[in-house]
Amino acid sequence: MPLQVKCRKIVGGTGKGKAVVTKDPINFLAMLDTREATIIDQTHELFGRSIKDIVLVFPNAIGSSVGAYTIYSLKVNAVAPTAIVCSNKADITTASGCAISNIPLVDMLEKPPSFIIHSGMDVRIDADKAIVEIL
Amino acid sequence: MQLTAEEERSLNGEDGKTIASAYRILLAIGAATEAKKLVPIKWAHISGVNYNTIGDAGTEFLEKFAADDARVAVKTTVNPMGFDRTKPNNLDENFVKQQMRIVKSFEGLGTTPSFTCVPYEIFEIPQTGTPVSFAESNAAIYSNSVLGLLTNKESSLSAIASSLTGKAPYSDLRIEEFRHPKITIRPEVELSTELDYGLLGYFTGKVVKDSCVALDGITRIKDDIIKTKSLSAALGTSGTCGMFTSSPSEEQVQKRESIREVIPFDKAELSGIKDELSTADEGNVIVLGSPQLGLNELNLVVDLVKDKKFSKRCMIFCSRTIHNQATKVGLNDRIEKIGGEIVCDSCACLTPLITKENVDSIITNSIKGAYYLNHFNRMEVVLKDLKTIVRDYTN
Repeated sequence: MPLQVKCRKIVGGTGKGKAVVTKDPINFLAMLDTREATIIDQTHELFGRSIKDIVLVFPNAIGSSVGAYTIYSLKVNAVAPTAIVCSNKADITTASGCAISNIPLVDMLEKPPSFIIHSGMDVRIDADKAIVEIL
Repeated sequence: MQLTAEEERSLNGEDGKTIASAYRILLAIGAATEAKKLVPIKWAHISGVNYNTIGDAGTEFLEKFAADDARVAVKTTVNPMGFDRTKPNNLDENFVKQQMRIVKSFEGLGTTPSFTCVPYEIFEIPQTGTPVSFAESNAAIYSNSVLGLLTNKESSLSAIASSLTGKAPYSDLRIEEFRHPKITIRPEVELSTELDYGLLGYFTGKVVKDSCVALDGITRIKDDIIKTKSLSAALGTSGTCGMFTSSPSEEQVQKRESIREVIPFDKAELSGIKDELSTADEGNVIVLGSPQLGLNELNLVVDLVKDKKFSKRCMIFCSRTIHNQATKVGLNDRIEKIGGEIVCDSCACLTPLITKENVDSIITNSIKGAYYLNHFNRMEVVLKDLKTIVRDYTN
C-alpha cells in the first residue's frame, strides 16, 4: 500500500510520474522555454531541467499574469507536467493555467511536501479524491 | 465555492463553450483563493495581448474563445500589443500576422482597444471599494494600493473569465479583512528616486508571500504617481503580493493585532538587487515606459532635458490616448525636439522591437523593464534613475 497524503483539489484529474521538486517559485513567462519545457533562468534551482511529463512540486508562480498562457502552451506543445503540486498555496496564475490545460493541480498537503516528496520519486496525484500517493 | 443555479447551468455549457470555460477558470481560482461565492465586478483589464507573451498556443486559444459569440459582460480594457500600428517596423511577417489575429480576437470579444498597461491613468476610476478584475500586475497593485479598488492579482485567463461573466471570486483582496497587512517592510536607507522605490518593490515581492504588505513611510509618496507606479510594477514582477499599504496606526495594531513581523530593507539589500538587475556598465538605447509613461512623466522628461538633446536613441513607450493628449498640448513636438521617439500601443516590457540582433544593451529606470528585457529578450541592462539618465545622456 503506497503512502497516501491528503491534499486540496484545485483542478481535478489524475496524473503520475517522477517528481521534480523545487523550493524556488517560478515566473512561467520569464523562466520557461515552452518548446522543451526547460527552465532557462540561470538563478533557478531547476536551471536546465525540463518539467515535461513529470509531477512538478513547487511553491507557487510569481510575477507575470501571462504565465497562465505559458502553462497552456506547454500543454499544446505536449510537454506539460502530468500534474502539479503547490507546496505553498496555489496561486491564480497556476490555477487558471491548469484549469484550461486540464492539468491536475493540488495544494495544502497534510504533511509538508518537502518531508515526503523528493525529486526522482514516483508519485501519483488524484486531485478528484484529493490524494497524493508516493509509489 | 458555491455557484448559483444559473452559474451552474453556464458551467455546464448552456451559454456556450467559451462561457463554460470561463466558469471552469473561475471555479479553479475560487478554490485556490478559498472563495465562497462569485461577486459582480465593474471593470476587467486583460493581459497577454502581445504575441511575444502568449505565442501560437495563446493566439489560437483566443481565436477559439472569440469564435463562440461570447462577449464581454463589463467594461474591459486590454494590455499593450507588440508594436505601434501606425509606424513601420522591422518585425517579421509572421509576428505581425499573429499579432493582428490576437487584436481581431479581442475586437470580436468586444474589448476596448486601449493597448495600455496603465488603464488607471486613462479611464475614469470607479468609486473606492468597487470590485474589479485586473490582470497586469502593476495595474492590480496600483489600483488596490492607491485607488482603493478591490482586485486580486489576476492572471490573463482569470481576467478574461471575469470579463466574459462579469464576475470574480469573493476572496482575498476583495474582502476587507485581507487588506490589512501582517508584515511591514521598513526601509533603513534613504529612498529618493523612482528607481529606489522600484528596488524596494522588487525586494518586497521577493520576501513577502502574503497578498498585502505594509511599507513604512510610504504615505509620503502616496500622491507621487511616478514613484508609486514604479513601486507597483517592480512589486508585481518579483512575487505574488497584490497590495501595499502604509504602516497601520498604533490603534489599528492593537485592534487587529495586525503586524507580526518587521523586515528591514537596508543599503546592502538595495545595492544587492540593483547589482542583480543592472547587468552592464554602458548601454546603446534608452528605453522609458514600463509601465507606459503618463502625461506627467512625458512632461518631466521634457523639463529635465530642457534645451539639450538625448545623445543616444531614446524610445519612449506610451499609450495612444496619452500620445494624442500630448500632441494636443504641444508636448509631442517638444519630445521630438529633445530626440525622444514615441512608440504607442506597445510597452518596453517584452517588446519585439528591441532584440539582441539590433541592440546590445539598454538603459532604463524601470525595474520591470530591466527584469523582462534581461530574462526574456536576453538584453544587457543598465539601471539608472531618470534624472541620472538625462544627466549622463544628453548634450
